[in-house]
Amino acid sequence: MVALAAMLPVAAGLVGILAPAFGHLPALGHRGVSLAPFAALFAAPGIATSVLLSAATGLAATALGVGLTMLLLAASYGGRSLVVAERLLAPILSVPHAAAAAGFVFLFAPTGFVLRLLSPWPSGLEAPPDIALVGDPYGIALVLALAMKETPFLFMMALVALSQVEAAGRVGVARSLGYGRMAAFLHAAWPLVYRQMRLPVLAVLAFAASVVDVVMILGPRQPAPLGGRIVTWLQAADLDGWFLGSAGAVAMMGLVLLLVGLWRAGEAVAGRAAARLRLGGRRWRRDRVARVAVLGFGAVAVAAMAVSFAGLMLQSVAGYWPFPDVLPATVGLAVWQRRLAMAAATLGDTLTIALAATAAALPLAVVLVEAARRGGVSTRLVYVPLIVPQVAFLFGLDVLAIRAGLTPGLGAVILAHMVFALPYQVIALAGPWQALDPRFEAVAASLGAGPVRRFVTVRLAMMTASLLVTAAVSVAVSVGLYLPTQMIGAGRVATVTTEAVAAATGGDRRLLGLYATLQLVIPLLAFAVARWVPALLWRRRRGMRPVRWAA
Amino acid sequence: MLRFDEFAVALGGRTLVRLDGTVAAGKVLAVMGPSGAGKSSLLKAVAGLIGPPFVVSGRVLVGEEDITRLPVEARGVGLMFQDALLFPHMSVVGNVMFAVPRRVARSRGARREVAMGHLGRVAMAHLAEADPATLSGGERSRVALARTLAGAPRVLLLDEPFAALDQALKARTRDIVFRLAAEDGLPVVMVSHDPADAEAARAQVVEIRPCQEGEGS
Ligand SMILES: Nc1ncnc2c1ncn2[C@@H]1O[C@H](COP(=O)(O)OP(=O)(O)O)[C@@H](O)[C@H]1O
Ligand SMILES: [Mg+2]
Repeated sequence: MVALAAMLPVAAGLVGILAPAFGHLPALGHRGVSLAPFAALFAAPGIATSVLLSAATGLAATALGVGLTMLLLAASYGGRSLVVAERLLAPILSVPHAAAAAGFVFLFAPTGFVLRLLSPWPSGLEAPPDIALVGDPYGIALVLALAMKETPFLFMMALVALSQVEAAGRVGVARSLGYGRMAAFLHAAWPLVYRQMRLPVLAVLAFAASVVDVVMILGPRQPAPLGGRIVTWLQAADLDGWFLGSAGAVAMMGLVLLLVGLWRAGEAVAGRAAARLRLGGRRWRRDRVARVAVLGFGAVAVAAMAVSFAGLMLQSVAGYWPFPDVLPATVGLAVWQRRLAMAAATLGDTLTIALAATAAALPLAVVLVEAARRGGVSTRLVYVPLIVPQVAFLFGLDVLAIRAGLTPGLGAVILAHMVFALPYQVIALAGPWQALDPRFEAVAASLGAGPVRRFVTVRLAMMTASLLVTAAVSVAVSVGLYLPTQMIGAGRVATVTTEAVAAATGGDRRLLGLYATLQLVIPLLAFAVARWVPALLWRRRRGMRPVRWAA
Repeated sequence: MLRFDEFAVALGGRTLVRLDGTVAAGKVLAVMGPSGAGKSSLLKAVAGLIGPPFVVSGRVLVGEEDITRLPVEARGVGLMFQDALLFPHMSVVGNVMFAVPRRVARSRGARREVAMGHLGRVAMAHLAEADPATLSGGERSRVALARTLAGAPRVLLLDEPFAALDQALKARTRDIVFRLAAEDGLPVVMVSHDPADAEAARAQVVEIRPCQEGEGS
């Protein structure tokens, strides 16, 4: 029931977009079915390039992310680096896409930090080079930034899957048969892990192919990938734009379906190749160099992200900062002072939305994971809002909301955020919820505790830490949402993320630095609270220390 | 021949197990003791699958070679657990082919032939293409044995491998394991709860108790 309810907005949104895509918009006096919007779509200049860009960047970013996840896990499995990686995951995961993209620009733009470090020596540059290092027409920067942002998410999903497949024993068997560490993991555990994390992988694929905010910050322009163009059309205040955008949204839906099909075909090919390798029996025993290289790359990537976030914060207080200088000549709080009042209001709205959506969705998530534990329902349906491209159903939802007489505003945005908060909550909560030994409740029952009392005093109490982490994940997700805020709020609701994207596209680096800082700080605070409250609450209870997946 | 030279496994400063002595080719050493005594830890230490917080001291030798410091993959120990731990993403014969070393057979046809030979030894050749998930408990144990032997180990380590089987099945599976280990001339270390296991193997028995020393011969 709840799972179906989670799908409902998506289904409604898709219905809402179908009508205008076929020229039917009775609210504005257009009735009947016509293919004119699609004709206009296919006639739009550069549309083929846009579609190709979306498809290629989506597939490439996903393949890169999955490949990196696989190698990092194979290199760290069974060692100390896996424990370190797990500790670093939550803070990295909580970074909103827009902030990660802004950080990428900070590092790799022609005036970026990396070139400043290399200039004037050894690069010989006195002025920033006139080449498109970010926003390149091939979407290379887009692919790299997306892969960098999605790899931690895929890594976490892989850890969850790992805890469900009895990997340790099987990897041990493979190693005792003479296989090297990475080969043992890749042959004996990875296929099982991948099978468990297929839905999150498809969610990443759909997201990467239809992403909007990251494209606006560092994607190709003229033509932009399809997702970005759809939003531009839909936000143009004219009817033709709406029809065009709706047709584009339906086309995006078809494109994502096609990409999912392509990906599945790719999986089959890769699976067959892997099976041949397994039967060949090569041991790959000397993998030390490979392991060190993979782990070194991971460490450099994490360090680069940390530097980019520090850089964004620095950018918000930087004064004069000419090109080859590594650090700004002057710093000051001018932007913060000038924008504080506005930023405070935005921050207030951001927190209101995040906390309200989290609080409203959490009971639903609990009901869902509990139902799943009892074997009644599968939680797969809650992935639907993550796999259907956002541009495809958000506008339709908007159309329906207007028909129903709802005014866009904070309330509507909170509801929209719930649609995305819920699936991530279920993802975060499902593992620990399943892992709690059911015998605790059985003991409570045998002592005479009724169902409500044992649910509250045993299960919910023992799940305190996991519930708080789930809430933190959900707050981080909500803070990072761009499109749902922008489209459902009809541009009237601003959060730190919509403001950061606006500042980035407007080219105001100090303001971008300010909002990116806020974007980074809120989720970190949420995770800090989630960590310290239980630590304080259970400081005398060793048995209540958080269970780690990698253990 | 497997030789223990003051081989000991400790946890938090307490010695869990201590072994001295040899196990000849084709002979079985049975390690008996209550749960939590450290039997599994001992086998993992011999296989090289153990790390902190456990501390391993002394030496294990196979023939004249000291394997104590070798990584798992270089030791040549065959492992069998209570759970067969077959790879669910490979067919029965795929599981066994995965184990065949490349020095034994390189081409896929040859590797398959070797694997089929081992399946024949455990009377499982007729189910070579089956999905491991469809096998019964006894069949699974036998495939796990074929896989272990296909890896051409120099030593066989068994961690309560029959505990999940019912009495009749247990006796039959046990007979196959000990017969094939003797055929291949493997020294066997077996951990078990059941004195009948040790009797069936005509094993030398080592009893270990929690926090105490057991002496092998
Ligand atoms: N990873 C671990 N860390 C700390 N102690 C452990 C770990 N694994 C097992 N132990 C402890 O080591 C002891 C021996 O365990 P084990 O070898 O599994 O015993 P057995 O197989 O005889 O039942 C037990 O007291 C167990 O609690
Ligand atoms: Mg044991």
